[in-house]
Amino acid sequence: MYEGVVQNLIDELGLLPGVGPKSAQRIAFHLLSADPTDVKRLAHALLEVKEKVRFCRVCGNVAAEDDCRICRDARRDLHVICVVEESKDVVAIERTREFRGRYHVLGGAISPIDGIGPDDLRIRELMTRLADGQVTELILATDPNLEGEATATYLARLVKPMGVKVTRLASGLPVGGDLEYADEVTLGRAFEGRRLLDV
Amino acid sequence: MSLYRDEGVVLRTQKLGEADRIVTILTKRTGKVRAVAKGVRRTTSRFGARLEPFTHVDLQLHVGRSLDVVTQAETLRPYGEALIADYPRYTSGSAMLETADRLTVGEKEPALRQFLLLIGGLRTLVEGNHEARLVLDAYFLRSLAVAGYAPALESCARCSAQSVRAFAIVAGGVVCGACRPAGAAVPAAETLALMVALLRGDWPSADASESRHRTECSGLVAAYLQWHIEHGIRSLRHVERV
Repeated sequence: MYEGVVQNLIDELGLLPGVGPKSAQRIAFHLLSADPTDVKRLAHALLEVKEKVRFCRVCGNVAAEDDCRICRDARRDLHVICVVEESKDVVAIERTREFRGRYHVLGGAISPIDGIGPDDLRIRELMTRLADGQVTELILATDPNLEGEATATYLARLVKPMGVKVTRLASGLPVGGDLEYADEVTLGRAFEGRRLLDV
Repeated sequence: MSLYRDEGVVLRTQKLGEADRIVTILTKRTGKVRAVAKGVRRTTSRFGARLEPFTHVDLQLHVGRSLDVVTQAETLRPYGEALIADYPRYTSGSAMLETADRLTVGEKEPALRQFLLLIGGLRTLVEGNHEARLVLDAYFLRSLAVAGYAPALESCARCSAQSVRAFAIVAGGVVCGACRPAGAAVPAAETLALMVALLRGDWPSADASESRHRTECSGLVAAYLQWHIEHGIRSLRHVERV
């Protein structure tokens, strides 16, 4: 155990994800020996992120204002919405530069075993966005795991009667992998979603 | 023994660190095992979908200090693939996995009958020949029976009298008029008959039951299960009973 304030810092750092007691101690001593200006900048960034960052009232993505940068962008296609689980997924899709529509962040996936049902996600807000009839396609980009697939099935069942085209991101073999290591489910999906080679 | 091989059903997964997961598996020979699947969340992981919940897998594990480590996995049957296409079946299956997890309390204590029952339950759910809520209630009743909590359904749980009138969770099943505690439910005779059919695996009788008796049966079974395992089943709140 260290002196009060040092131990407090170690305890607080130890609450961060992936930071164990040893790592917390290492970070604390790094901060103690660091330049005071650098530490102040870090403390300011921590406070600022909690004060300024909120969730976009339209899509639920993290934003510095009421609406996020993507929802404010008039050049984005209003007719297509891509549904993702977390804000991190928006960043991953944006990196591809393939999608020009808007997003809807659910805030997780349906997982009955963890007590997370449809009412715990931003599904009602999605339905409100779809109600004005402007959206023609809903792309379901939830994670390709069991919870993500179940969420996609649930949403498809809910949205299809509204006459909106519902699509799901393709699943299959990862680029750069070996076929022999692919599991049966992934390989099966890759066969299901095979495409015509137009050469 | 640093390496061992077993087959099992993945009950649940929890994220661990950057790209790993802790996988809880009900295995055939070892019982419930919690093991680390390294790098499983990466898209290039060699495990792929093999360690998703509901998957029946053939595993090789390395004994670790606190948690074992999954070194190899081969799919025997991916039950989840069929379940995710049908939301009510998926939610029922989730309740089955959670119950199996709760009923096998100790880790690495062999629970062969619970394992076989879970495999049978998932197979029946996937085949889709019976309504999902019937399969779920049958699984609940039989897994309770395997764990030693089978409800008395034909004679009084307290005095073994044949003329039963009510269902008392606290008493452990049906009770006669004399033994009936305060607050005991009085289900229809058909509901009790349905519970007997589900416990015995008499599917023709269970399939022929009426919807109102199925609803009453589900309520009683869920209350009985949660009282005996002294824990709420979180998935039950989300089970779609159509």
